[in-house]
Amino acid sequence: MDISTHTPTAPPPSPRPGQAENRTVRGATRPGDRIFLGLSRGSGIALLLIMASIAVFLTYRAFKVLPEDTGNFFTTFEWNTNVTPPDFGIAVLVFGTVVSSIIAMALAVPVAVGIALFLTHYAPRRLSGPIAYVIDLLAAVPSIVYGLWGALILVPNLDGLYGWLDDYLGWTGIFDWQGGAPRSLLTVGILLAIMILPIITNVSREVFRQVPRMHEEAALALGATRWEVVRMSVLPFGRSGVISASMLGLGRALGETIAVATVLSPTFEIKASLLDPGGGTFAQNIASKFGEATEQGRDALIASGLVLFVITLLVNGAARLIIARRAEYSGANA
Amino acid sequence: MSTTLTSKHRSTLRGGHLPKWSPLAIIAGSVAAGLGISAAAGLHSSIQWALIAAVVFVVATYGIAAKVEGRRQAKDRIATSLIWVAFLLAVIPLASLVWETVKRGVKVFDVYFLTHSMGVVADTEPGGGIYHAIIGTLEQVGLASLIAVPIGVLTAIYLVEYGKGKLAKAITFFVDVMTGIPSIVAGLFILSFWILILDMGYSGFAGSLALSILMMPVVVRSTEEMLKLVPNELREASLALGVPKWRTILKVVLPTSIGGITTGVMLAVARITGETAPMLLLVWGTNFINNNPFEGPQASLPLYIYQQYANSSGANAAYDRAWAAALALIAFVMILNLVARGIARWKAPSQH
Repeated sequence: MDISTHTPTAPPPSPRPGQAENRTVRGATRPGDRIFLGLSRGSGIALLLIMASIAVFLTYRAFKVLPEDTGNFFTTFEWNTNVTPPDFGIAVLVFGTVVSSIIAMALAVPVAVGIALFLTHYAPRRLSGPIAYVIDLLAAVPSIVYGLWGALILVPNLDGLYGWLDDYLGWTGIFDWQGGAPRSLLTVGILLAIMILPIITNVSREVFRQVPRMHEEAALALGATRWEVVRMSVLPFGRSGVISASMLGLGRALGETIAVATVLSPTFEIKASLLDPGGGTFAQNIASKFGEATEQGRDALIASGLVLFVITLLVNGAARLIIARRAEYSGANA
Repeated sequence: MSTTLTSKHRSTLRGGHLPKWSPLAIIAGSVAAGLGISAAAGLHSSIQWALIAAVVFVVATYGIAAKVEGRRQAKDRIATSLIWVAFLLAVIPLASLVWETVKRGVKVFDVYFLTHSMGVVADTEPGGGIYHAIIGTLEQVGLASLIAVPIGVLTAIYLVEYGKGKLAKAITFFVDVMTGIPSIVAGLFILSFWILILDMGYSGFAGSLALSILMMPVVVRSTEEMLKLVPNELREASLALGVPKWRTILKVVLPTSIGGITTGVMLAVARITGETAPMLLLVWGTNFINNNPFEGPQASLPLYIYQQYANSSGANAAYDRAWAAALALIAFVMILNLVARGIARWKAPSQH
């Protein structure tokens, strides 16, 4: 498949760095070259092998326990894995993961786009550089620190918001609050939103900065206000970039473990109200159930991890597709 | 659109303009209105009065601006204030995060804290420190880097210098996919493979294996970007002198891009240093100093924070330690980031 690197080939239509020397006739035949090529190709193949074995080993362990499951893996509302026969299902985890991620996205994406626009088009220039730098750094804050902050600072400060939501929107059922500690899926969603805010902001800002100057100046020359410039030239250009940035954030929110585990007080049930403690997410369930799990219980957790793996693969694949499409179109846009 | 044309300021070219201080005045007015209305109606929720103030602000801004400047300008003003609000809204939690960590972290953060383990200290009592966790984290991250950096850099070299065809495409695709693997899934993989199937015990090294999986794609990505920045002329000049390709890569390409590669590696290290989830599954955690990463449970800084929080049943001493450890972790990650960016700026390969 890639043996062609040994033989001289026609120069590629668009020369990429490093490929010019493929034209050397004797380049790859020296022993040093062969060893080096073997090493670097071997590393690449090792990487592929790791990816493959993640899928293989998770599947292998998962299928050791799945046939034993007396419940339905997809619809059972239980997680009794340490008894024989085990009885467990991921319905609650799917619900919790999806709901908390949706809340996080709904809160984070508009705000992140707002900040990105603020930094590229609204903020005084002296301010925007340092702020962008700080937000960049905030993306590197470890999730356990967000978790600690969420559990000890955010949770005690949410009583007011919860009370207000219950007073005015409690009749919907979704925002009905029984008065427990606000360690619910809504809190998880809010914390996840705060966590993914920096990364979505950063990527969106990069995209907005690449908007062709001409588009904006053309709009300004027609007498557009700043908001009209943003709406007519910046947002259409940046749309796919914002979508893929959001997908990156979504991937993070789906797989976030420790911050969710510190904030949520989990129960294995689906509740209509987002404000009552309960529910769980894939990653959080693995972290909190792992300590007391027997070998069978671990296999069950691995089975749920496999589902999470597949979900994140799908989300990332979708993000990649969007980015690839954007690369195709950007030539026409510019 | 037609409103501007029909506005009464048609005679001047620029139309009507609100004075610069008008947004501030409207803010002040609407806050006062919000407070006033809430006080009059006996509402005590601060969210309630803020919401009333916000509604008053939007209506007033739109109304006044539409009257003086036209409807398009009014929309622009609303959008501007929304964007400012988005920014301020995000600053509050992020600033609070940094502020609280520093404020609460400095309480027990001292030399004693950095140089003592939790060996003889019960989780609920004051005293003790993070020495064992620092040892654990340094060893685990070091081992992970030893595994991930060579594989990552070599893969990037393959992709940039040799890669063509299906294999390179597949590697590129799966590196991207690998970037998105949740850390807990990497942990589960090592758990199933290393601990459940090979029957090795919990150890710092098991954690390193999981960390290296998380680190590899980041290293590949950043190294690839840096290698692509190396001008082709340099390679051609070296090859034209009859230097073999592998020596060209080692002696010309890598030294040219070493600054950027170092930056990428340091950012990757900063990223994996804060990983808790795989540590929870693989390293298990201990209160004692364990200098051997290959045998027995070890501690690690993020895991220490989690366990101080989770296992202490709300003891203030444990929370203080958790905050101080969080401060140490943030400081470490931030210093790595700052140094990495410094190197990037200092050693950036010139593109001309």
